[in-house]
Amino acid sequence: MGLSNKFKDLESYSEVLSDGYQLLPFAFHKISPDKYIATNIVGEYLTVSRDTLKLLVNGTLLPSHPIYNDAKSKHFIMDRDSDTALDLLALKYRTKQHPISEFTGLHIFVVSLRCDYTCKYCQVSRKMEDVDKFDMSEETARKAVALAFESPSKSIKIEFQGGEPLLNFPIIKFIVSESLTLNIKENRVLQFVITSNLTFLSEEVLAFCKLHNIYISTSLDGPESIHNKNRPRPNKDGYQKTIDGIRAVQSELGKDRIAALMTTTSESLSNLEGIVDEYVQNDLHAIFLRPLSPYGFAIKTKQVEKYNVDKWSNFFKQGLEYIIKLNRAGYFLREQYTSIILTKILTPTDPKYVDLQSPSGIGISAVVYNYDGDVYASDEARMLKEMGDEKFKLGNVHTDDYIELFSSDILLDTLEESIAESAPMCSDCGLITYCGSDPVYHYATQGDVVGKKPLSFYCKKNTSIIEHIFELLEDPGSRKVLESWVL
Amino acid sequence: MIKLHSNKNIITSSSDAPLILKITKKYDLPKILRSKRALLVDSVTDINAYDGFDMVISRNKLDSKVHNVAYLSDDLNYLDEGDIVRVTPNSSDIRVLYRVNASANFLFVTERCNSFCIMCSQPPRDVNDGHLVEELIEAVSLIDIGERELGITGGEPTLLGDRFFALLQAIKSNLPTTSIHVLTNGRTFADPLLAKQISEIDHYDLMLGIPLYSDVSHIHDFVVQADGAFDETIRGILNLKRHSQKVEIRVVLHKQTYDRLPQLAEFIGRNLQFVDHVALMGLEITGFTRANLEELWIDPLEYMDKLSEAVEILARFKIHTSIYNLQRCLLPRHLWGIAVKSISDWKNKYYEECDNCAEKHNCGGFFASSDIKRSDNIAAIK
Ligand code: SF4
Ligand code: SF4
Repeated sequence: MGLSNKFKDLESYSEVLSDGYQLLPFAFHKISPDKYIATNIVGEYLTVSRDTLKLLVNGTLLPSHPIYNDAKSKHFIMDRDSDTALDLLALKYRTKQHPISEFTGLHIFVVSLRCDYTCKYCQVSRKMEDVDKFDMSEETARKAVALAFESPSKSIKIEFQGGEPLLNFPIIKFIVSESLTLNIKENRVLQFVITSNLTFLSEEVLAFCKLHNIYISTSLDGPESIHNKNRPRPNKDGYQKTIDGIRAVQSELGKDRIAALMTTTSESLSNLEGIVDEYVQNDLHAIFLRPLSPYGFAIKTKQVEKYNVDKWSNFFKQGLEYIIKLNRAGYFLREQYTSIILTKILTPTDPKYVDLQSPSGIGISAVVYNYDGDVYASDEARMLKEMGDEKFKLGNVHTDDYIELFSSDILLDTLEESIAESAPMCSDCGLITYCGSDPVYHYATQGDVVGKKPLSFYCKKNTSIIEHIFELLEDPGSRKVLESWVL
Repeated sequence: MIKLHSNKNIITSSSDAPLILKITKKYDLPKILRSKRALLVDSVTDINAYDGFDMVISRNKLDSKVHNVAYLSDDLNYLDEGDIVRVTPNSSDIRVLYRVNASANFLFVTERCNSFCIMCSQPPRDVNDGHLVEELIEAVSLIDIGERELGITGGEPTLLGDRFFALLQAIKSNLPTTSIHVLTNGRTFADPLLAKQISEIDHYDLMLGIPLYSDVSHIHDFVVQADGAFDETIRGILNLKRHSQKVEIRVVLHKQTYDRLPQLAEFIGRNLQFVDHVALMGLEITGFTRANLEELWIDPLEYMDKLSEAVEILARFKIHTSIYNLQRCLLPRHLWGIAVKSISDWKNKYYEECDNCAEKHNCGGFFASSDIKRSDNIAAIK
């Protein structure tokens, strides 16, 4: 037995390990009474017991301990045998943070504030009349497109929002053609999305979307009763029109061309399976379980107060459980928020989601050009404006140039304050690499862009979701499903 | 299985210097093209027709005592048009350097190495063998344009320094369409200058195959029996990728490496996701592996779960992965798609069990050295 005597054994190559190790930056978070996850700045994690965590932190973890090699491999510790850990960590950190250097990729064009719906939770929409007052003009559109192309980002996604953007379809066509013309020289990866309730999805619109590979995003809150209650349309036919629209897009443009979002209201909470089933029934393979945002009519109608964080996260967890069950039974359905967080947990990259970034993605991941030319740091920022608070307005396309808009004090100051690594509580939170910051939300709810995290729905929501995802990752069956959701 | 070397030839030439010769059967080759060519004949007949060839190689024994004839040992009977050999007359030695019909041609450039891997298939020797690379540079100039790929192996080829780069340059200029696959432990590329130097060759398809045996330094260093090797290899890979070179990570699967295979896959995904290929390779029972068989051998069936998991992890990181040297009947079906027939034809074989196997044509079979040890679980697939 043993190696032939020309060779030395593993022990002799491990001797230097007994000199001890150095800790590399990491934080930890308790996910159940005796289970902690330790996480580092590049999103790698270790699941450990409290005792093991103590050993690890105190520098007394022995090389023979089953977790030693994992901690070394994932760069939580560095022993004298190898000094590549810092190079590799630096490389990984750069990869994770790379999206920041790309700068703004998502450009949201609010082409009309008008809408045919009167949704209870809607923040911004206006009556159907007033065409001149609430539609984007060609002049505004042209300037906004030019600004979008001033972004250094290699890929540019232009998303049309409203109100109901299809009420101003001519300007959508105008913007698409302007962008395509500019792109002949610019050569960016250019993509278009129309976020629409699909009422006005005509043959013409479909043909146009087909020609230019335009994606459609819509809202589907659940079965007919919930959908129509949440999203009333004067003729009470909103649900049917949405479903017809989804079918039309699927058959004319392809199944991969449409995604739907759902917003959770108090009506939704007791109807979970029905809501998810609605997605399955319509052959949709992604669902975004979104809580109500605290803006606009949502605040006025007290809709946000009707359910608290616990209710919402229970809803989310149950939803996830049911969705995973469907996946295991063979129907692929991805929950989008979970996907984003999983991508942060399981891959070296960052999916660049505005509300889960540090610094926040406002302005630098996404920016909003309002119908009147005002430029906002995020979609929520313009909703805030509709409530009378212009705090996050960066300027106007008619009076400000690119530099003025993107180096405006309000954007730079907010971004600086949004760095979670320097925010109280976040700075030593074990979930920070998977979380981020949402300055607009904290300003809207607490009057302060940093916000007190113990009082924050954002913090509570993310904590409970991320903890839950880690629990699910421990179970091999769920883990397999979750791995298939990685973006 | 065929032999690439024999010293049982009878050579009627007294020259000391080895000759690098390209085999041809064309009697009527214009005289001007006959230098560095060996005319292959069935038997020596018309002496005048041989004028201008550097040598005549005859398949039949000793039909005459003409000078400058090599009478081929039976082992090398397969030699054919375009093959390249090194003939060393005073030791009756003929070594095949290149075969037109080979599944893969590897240029063996040195026996020297800065590692001493416990499973090395080509045990390194500290010898002065600088002549090998010079012979190969000469051989390369004789290979017909169009060869798909040439491998370069050792020992550690980069220890040759400038002569290694000269060989790469020779391949590039003589065979501009040929891909190059270098098997190196990557350690010397820890020097950024060397990585830069190889990038300056500016080859369109050069891949560096570099072994990584563990996600932690002490285990890797143990396997290659060299302290500090892990760090050098990692830095080497990073330097090579900084200079946009193609890198393949090669993992030999055995008792000392299988246990942390999933963790290694995760490490590669997290830290080296930009590599171009990962090859997970079954063990060849040759060289040091024979001496260390007890410490290395594990029936592949026993590590199949780990292998499967590692493949899944690499797929999740979108890293192109292949399995080499493992028999199809040992692999779960979902891994068949990435299992490659990787064993060079000259040392490839099958056993009785394989006769009735429905998958034989897709299966890479065995190394000839598997006579010594192979899985107990080989069974024909119905
Ligand atoms: S918001 Fe909460 S969960 Fe997120 S990083 Fe800060 S403290 Fe952690
Ligand atoms: S029986 Fe032989 S040919 Fe068939 S899979 Fe096994 S090793 Fe390959």
